[in-house]
Amino acid sequence: MKHWWWKFLAIALLLVASIAGLRVPLSPALVHVSPSRISPGEVNIEVTGYNTRFSEGMRAYLENEGQYVCPVRVEVIDATHARITAVVPAGLRASMTDLVVQGLKYPGAFFTEGLGDGIESGPCGPSTNKLDMSGLAFTFPNRSILYESIRNLHFHVPMWFTMIALMGISVWRSIQVLGNNSLDRDRQARSAVHVGLLFCALGLTTGAVWARATWGAFWTNDVKLNGAAVTALIYLAYLVLRGSIPDAHKRARLAAIYNIFAFVLLVMFLFVVPRLNAIDSLHPGNGGNSGFNDLDLDNRLRVIFYPAVAGWILLGIWLYDLRHRSLRINEHLDR
Amino acid sequence: MLLYVVSAVYVAYLSVKGGLGTATWNALFWIILLFAAFNALSRSFQREDQGRQLYLYTLVDPRSVVLARSLYNALTMVLLSLLSLVFYTLFLGGEVLAEADLPQFLLAVVLGGIGFAAALTLISAIAARAGNGLGLMAILGFPIVLPMLLAVLRASKLALDGVAWSVTGTYFLGLVLLDVITVTLAWLLFPYLWRD
Repeated sequence: MKHWWWKFLAIALLLVASIAGLRVPLSPALVHVSPSRISPGEVNIEVTGYNTRFSEGMRAYLENEGQYVCPVRVEVIDATHARITAVVPAGLRASMTDLVVQGLKYPGAFFTEGLGDGIESGPCGPSTNKLDMSGLAFTFPNRSILYESIRNLHFHVPMWFTMIALMGISVWRSIQVLGNNSLDRDRQARSAVHVGLLFCALGLTTGAVWARATWGAFWTNDVKLNGAAVTALIYLAYLVLRGSIPDAHKRARLAAIYNIFAFVLLVMFLFVVPRLNAIDSLHPGNGGNSGFNDLDLDNRLRVIFYPAVAGWILLGIWLYDLRHRSLRINEHLDR
Repeated sequence: MLLYVVSAVYVAYLSVKGGLGTATWNALFWIILLFAAFNALSRSFQREDQGRQLYLYTLVDPRSVVLARSLYNALTMVLLSLLSLVFYTLFLGGEVLAEADLPQFLLAVVLGGIGFAAALTLISAIAARAGNGLGLMAILGFPIVLPMLLAVLRASKLALDGVAWSVTGTYFLGLVLLDVITVTLAWLLFPYLWRD
């Protein structure tokens, strides 16, 4: 019990992270508004919400630079669909008008025509009653483009963290191999690479699915993606190198040297060079893109994300331990 | 080696009719150089037999051997890069260079050559020790050189577009950093490599 409590911890963390990661609903948001252009006169607006609870008598208004246009009629079709009729006055100041329904804002909803010096603001501005937002339950942020795929954060990112952790273990074992020529350390280095490659494959798969959902393609030519591909190639090459040397001790030493050399350069390529260049990258956290620091203003994602990372890393170490033991048994049986 | 580069350039000349855009010109040049580097450096440790290597290591510290070898390879690569640049412009036209910041481009070529040499020296030593020549060298070396190639491609593209030093400076800094780290790693790891 003393030695394997952490396995229970891993299971618990993964269960929590996976169930919560998949089950927690997204916060309500407006996802579609049509038309996208308004001009003075009466306008019929169709609003589609996601996870919203539209109800009769709900508050809705158009906002243009702090000035409000109140609707003439709000027709609720169902919980996520509504039709809003408003008379747009001439003389709005800004060329983009926002739509706010039930305290949910759809910024830049309408391209506005008939601009002027401003209007007399309607009496229907933002509610002072915060409970209007029905945002009491624990939810994930609902961001345009990402939408439901934001859940992938709890799966895609921990895969790479786990891979880096396993490759780190592998390099540490390789350094020990150079020190004492231990074949057992070599076996550990190899096991870590095996499991690390598994997580690399999972990271690539989850990343590809996410990229398809948000960028429209499974693979793009991006610094971060190239880095991932190079990582996979390096460790496959490591296995090829191992396969081509018959003598066990020589294999241990050469593989260790390649492992250390490749890992240090990999860290340079993945973490230092992209930042030095600060170049065009779509991937969050690179090239001036936001990571989850401004994606997640109130730490709702972190509550699940950190347990997920810890859980996956522990699972990776567990797998590595199993792999190492099975390799040792295999070699023992062969002898 | 020079013959290899010249024939590669000539093949490129024959297969590319008409003018090339800046990006293509740049990419083709680096591809030729990359393969030239692999060809030149893979022989760096394979040409010598065991006896001569043993003799070398008894005379001097293996670290000096790998440093000297890196230095020699770097010089070879710089020379080779510059010569191939000459042939390349000769055959494929140098209109692209007209608007380029030439010192910047040359610096990119030199740093790229040194980077290839530095990374591939240790790789070629590993491949030679594994007793499996060119094939293994390509498998082991390619993923390591690839990011360097991407960085150098971008740097030289910027140089060709005539971008200011303040923009390309970080690239060159990064390349120098990579070169230094690679050589240091080779220097640290080589003593474990040479003995049997």
